[in-house]
Amino acid sequence: MTDIVLEIKALTRRFGAFTAVDALTLSVNAGEVFGLLGSNGAGKTTTIKMLTTLLPPSSGEARVAGFSITTQAVGVRRAIGYVPQAVSVDGSLTGYENLLIFAKLYDLPHREQQARIREALEFMGLTADGGRLVGQYSGGMVRRLEIAQSTLHRPRVLFLDEPTVGLDPIARDAVWKHLVELRANYGTTLFFTTHYLEEAESQCDRIAIMHLGKVAALGTCQELEASLGGGGHTLSEVFVHYAGSALDSGGTFRDVSAERATAQRLG
Amino acid sequence: MTAAFIYPLTGLIEKTFVITEFELRKLRHDFTELITRALQPALWLLIFGQVFSRSGAMHTGNLPYLDFIAPGILAQSVLFVAIFYGINVIWERDLGIVQKFLASPTPRAALVLGKGFSAGIRTLSQAGIVYSLSLLLGVKLNWSPLALLNVLIIVVLAATLFSTFSLVIACIVKTRERFMGVGQVLTMPLFFASNAIYPTDIMPSWLKTISHLNPLTYVVDALRTFMLAGSTSTFGLGHDYAVILLTTTILVFIGARLYPRLAS
Repeated sequence: MTDIVLEIKALTRRFGAFTAVDALTLSVNAGEVFGLLGSNGAGKTTTIKMLTTLLPPSSGEARVAGFSITTQAVGVRRAIGYVPQAVSVDGSLTGYENLLIFAKLYDLPHREQQARIREALEFMGLTADGGRLVGQYSGGMVRRLEIAQSTLHRPRVLFLDEPTVGLDPIARDAVWKHLVELRANYGTTLFFTTHYLEEAESQCDRIAIMHLGKVAALGTCQELEASLGGGGHTLSEVFVHYAGSALDSGGTFRDVSAERATAQRLG
Repeated sequence: MTAAFIYPLTGLIEKTFVITEFELRKLRHDFTELITRALQPALWLLIFGQVFSRSGAMHTGNLPYLDFIAPGILAQSVLFVAIFYGINVIWERDLGIVQKFLASPTPRAALVLGKGFSAGIRTLSQAGIVYSLSLLLGVKLNWSPLALLNVLIIVVLAATLFSTFSLVIACIVKTRERFMGVGQVLTMPLFFASNAIYPTDIMPSWLKTISHLNPLTYVVDALRTFMLAGSTSTFGLGHDYAVILLTTTILVFIGARLYPRLAS
């Protein structure tokens, strides 16, 4: 039996009368690369916020690396890494300092801190830039530093909310190259959201398509394409089939402007 | 049982200093701020202070008026710098920084208090400015090392208090525009309803009552006692310290409760 690292049961979040996440049930295996797709407002970010203990669920439960998100939040926080959609490293500190503060906050043993930081910088291809202010980094370097920062403590699950938004194809490939190595070396489970279907297709072991707060479809890319019947379907057709037309998609003004701001900062 | 109680406490203190350390590291590239902040206390002491000192309109007992307001202006500049500190938190929220710290196992109180302390240490430069101006204007200062140490401690504590208050407001209003509005509305009443530039004795009784509920009044009283040669405390120094520490503790507690709201 495979080891389940993330188990979501009837997880629900309401904002007033609006149900953002509606009785979501899902499990993710250890070491899996799991992609969560869906149009804006489908509930992807709300789901990630609940799983990372940033937002309490209205009802339902989830266990991350064996810890309950509602009653063992600190256990969950120790076991996960989180790369938010927006830029989450500090531009007025150097790359090295951004890593050092997290090494200290996650209680890495004092003797190991320097070695881990050096390794993380090297792993993400940032060794030469560790001493520079992050404000001078390119978008791809910022994302790689964020991943280095959130994996310094070797989390079992890494949550990434649109990790490649606003990046050019070369920077995007570099980010994925490092994420794939991360899983190969440390067995880190990757749980991420994206709008780029080709990225989901090439990187994910399994994909869930969310629509109106529920899982509309779940499986490997091949399974999803076969589910439409008739053969020869692309993931894009699958997406439109399950998530509806992109034109009626939701997403508040705040979500959309935040996303554009992130893209602008990184791009 | 003691171990279970002590570990969270040492963890809290340790993490508070980690946050403070990195907030202060950001200062290295931020020196213009220190210079622009010197302007306001200079205006208050050199213009307002000098004019009112000549007019003799204020009855400040045995203290010359300039001596009387020097500690008040120090307290005021600490308040004005600290009260807008929360804007940084809103900025960090619009980026993803707050969210990332909240997803880490750091105690919430350490995130709040660490930022407060760093604001406290940042405002120490204001003490340097007000002391230099006071020296220039012939204010009779108390140079005993113990008194100076107490002034530094009170400046740090007062800035921690008001920056934590500011952070609490930021957690409630969440946007820069609303925050600036609320900040503007709060600073002047806090300043005028205190003993910073006139004694509470000459206030109408309703204002006097409000001023006694205002933590700034106790900050000014303590600063005035330690800064000036031959000044005595109105409320008692123990009372001043108790009010400042208790208010800060309550605000840190509220801040730690509200801080997670920034991520949702």
